[in-house]
Formats: sequence, structure tokens, C-alpha cells
Amino acid sequence: MGMAATDSQFHVLAVDDSVIDRKLIERLLKSSSYQVTTVDSGSKALEFLGLYEDDQSSSDSPSVSPNNQQEVGVNLVITDYCMPGMTGYDLLRKIKESSSLRNIPVVIMSSENVPSRINRCLEEGAEEFFLKPVRLSDLSRLRPHLMKAKSNNQNQEKQEDESESSETQSQEQEHHELEQQQQPQLQLQPIPPNSNKRKAVEEGFSPDRTRPIYSGIATLV
Amino acid sequence: MDRNQLQRQVALKRSFLFEQCYLDPQQFVQLEELQDDANPNFVEEIVTLFYKDSARLFQKIEQALYSRPIDFAKLDDYMHQFKGSTSSIGAIKVKNECSQFKEFCLAANADGCVRALERVKQEHQTLRIHLENYFQLRRQAGLVQRV
Repeated sequence: MGMAATDSQFHVLAVDDSVIDRKLIERLLKSSSYQVTTVDSGSKALEFLGLYEDDQSSSDSPSVSPNNQQEVGVNLVITDYCMPGMTGYDLLRKIKESSSLRNIPVVIMSSENVPSRINRCLEEGAEEFFLKPVRLSDLSRLRPHLMKAKSNNQNQEKQEDESESSETQSQEQEHHELEQQQQPQLQLQPIPPNSNKRKAVEEGFSPDRTRPIYSGIATLV
Repeated sequence: MDRNQLQRQVALKRSFLFEQCYLDPQQFVQLEELQDDANPNFVEEIVTLFYKDSARLFQKIEQALYSRPIDFAKLDDYMHQFKGSTSSIGAIKVKNECSQFKEFCLAANADGCVRALERVKQEHQTLRIHLENYFQLRRQAGLVQRV
């Protein structure tokens, strides 16, 4: 593909108040060759991302420690929705409201299939909404968002970099076009019907396994 | 008993757990798929963690259930957390009893909650025994790496 980065360079920050779910998501992500940091709350996640809300006078623009952000290098945040204190939705909002963090893709996880909740998160800028328990097959949906964010970052850097090779110029064009196609968040995207296939209910297990396939779509079920 | 027989026993136990709806095969298989050379005992580890964390949640639930007045919202919240964990390890029967408990919370039915909690704990304990047996069989059959 021509990308210099390998999967091991993608660093995912996983946020969940459940110790079991943290262990599970960590193993899932590491299995998929991601670097993982887990925290048990939204506030700890913001701390890790270098977003401090100590500036009382302008609470709309919390201060970010830029050095911390570069050192930490989080490429994606995956967070549980239902958490005490700061919910996953609150965390999502704070990330998207931050000028330095808003480009980090955010994925929400929830044990409940609530369409209004899903829509709210997608409209607030979440890239994906995963129903728990999260499976390995779900994680394959992370890659496009990571690659896009990476190419966005690279484009920003390239604009400042004078010494471009012709190869990277054509790559840039490619990614720029890709970017434009994916720009509208609520655009319908065809999802292969076989993704997230579940075994039939024949074995007599709980039927609440239907998993809405949301990828940048706001749909009412 | 030779190794093949032991391995057959493991397979039988596993089938039993699935057929009797103690465990959701999809979720349990997913957990098994996460095991590798570096993490050979992941399933047992997460199950152990589940039981340890359960004790903590049961304590909270009981405290809430026996305090007056009962805060049903809090009760529901604790059970919701526990239910999430059961889902993560694929513990179907336990999870279903959790749902029953939550129904009683919604109805603010204290007696119902007490009875439902008993059933949750019963299923929880039954599963624990089955899983301990299962992991022991696996060890005996040489299917578990010693770290």
C-alpha cells in the first residue's frame, strides 16, 4: 500500500469502567496488533490525552498540553458508553470540541442497542458504534478510520514539508480524493452483508444478537 | 485415563456447556480465539477475573437491596454492570437471571429482587463449578501450557 507505518504503530486508548471489559478489549486490540492503553474513566482518558480542564474561566476551551499529545500519540479512542461520572458520550464531545484532539477517531461501545443513542453518538462525530461484547471482526472496522486519520496528519505535514518526492505527491492525491469521498459523515455506505455474521438462533440462545451495521450512518431502526 | 480419553472428556464438557445454554458458544469461542502462545490461559484468566469482580458487585447489590429505602435505580445500575460482565464471558443463564432481576427493579418490587438475586447467584455458582471442572479437565488433558 506504500504506507510506511505498520499496525504496531497504531496506539489505541480504551476506556471502560468494567475491569472484565478492559481485559477483553485489551486482548482484542493486542491480538489485532495495536498498541493499547486502558483507563477506567473518561476523566482519566482526557488526562492521558493531555486535556486538562483546570482553566475555569474558559471551560469551553480546555487547555491541552501539546507535548503530552505528541509523546502519547493516541491514534484512536474506543470508549464504553455507560460509565459513572463522564459517559462515553461526554468524552466524545470533549474530544471533538478540542481543537487539538478532534481529529482522533472515536468509537463508542455499548451493551445496549438503542438507536437514538447510536444516532446521537454518530452525529457528535463518533466513527463507529460497537455493540458489546465486541468481537475481533468488529475491530477490522477500525482500520479505515485509522488510515484516514493518518493520511490527514501526513497531508498536514506534507504541506509544511518542501521536499516532496513525486511518489508521495501521487499518494497525497490518492488520499485527498479518498478524503473527499468520505467527507459527508451521514452518507450511506454499502456494507458487505456478510460482515458481523452471527450464527443462527437455532442453538436456542438469546436472540438479541442483532448488530446494527453502522459506519458513519445515522439511521433509525 | 489416557490423553485421548481426557481430551474427549474436555470436548464433551464443552459441548455440554454450550448445549445446556450455560455458555454462548460464539462468545466463548471468541475468547478462546484470543489465546495464543503469549496468552495461553486468557479464558481462565478472564473467568477468574469475572468471579472476583462478581463478589464485589454482589456485595454492592446486597447492600443496596437491604438498605431502606431501596434505591432501585442504583440496584439496577449495579446489576447492569454485572450483566455486562456476564455477557462478555458468554454466561447466558446467569445473564438471563440478571435480566429478570432488572425487571423487578423497574417494577420497584423488592421481594422480586430478593428472589431474582438468589437465582442469579445460583446460576453464577453452578457455572463456576462447571467451569472449574472444565479448566481442570483441560489441564489434565495436557491442553494447558504451564507458564
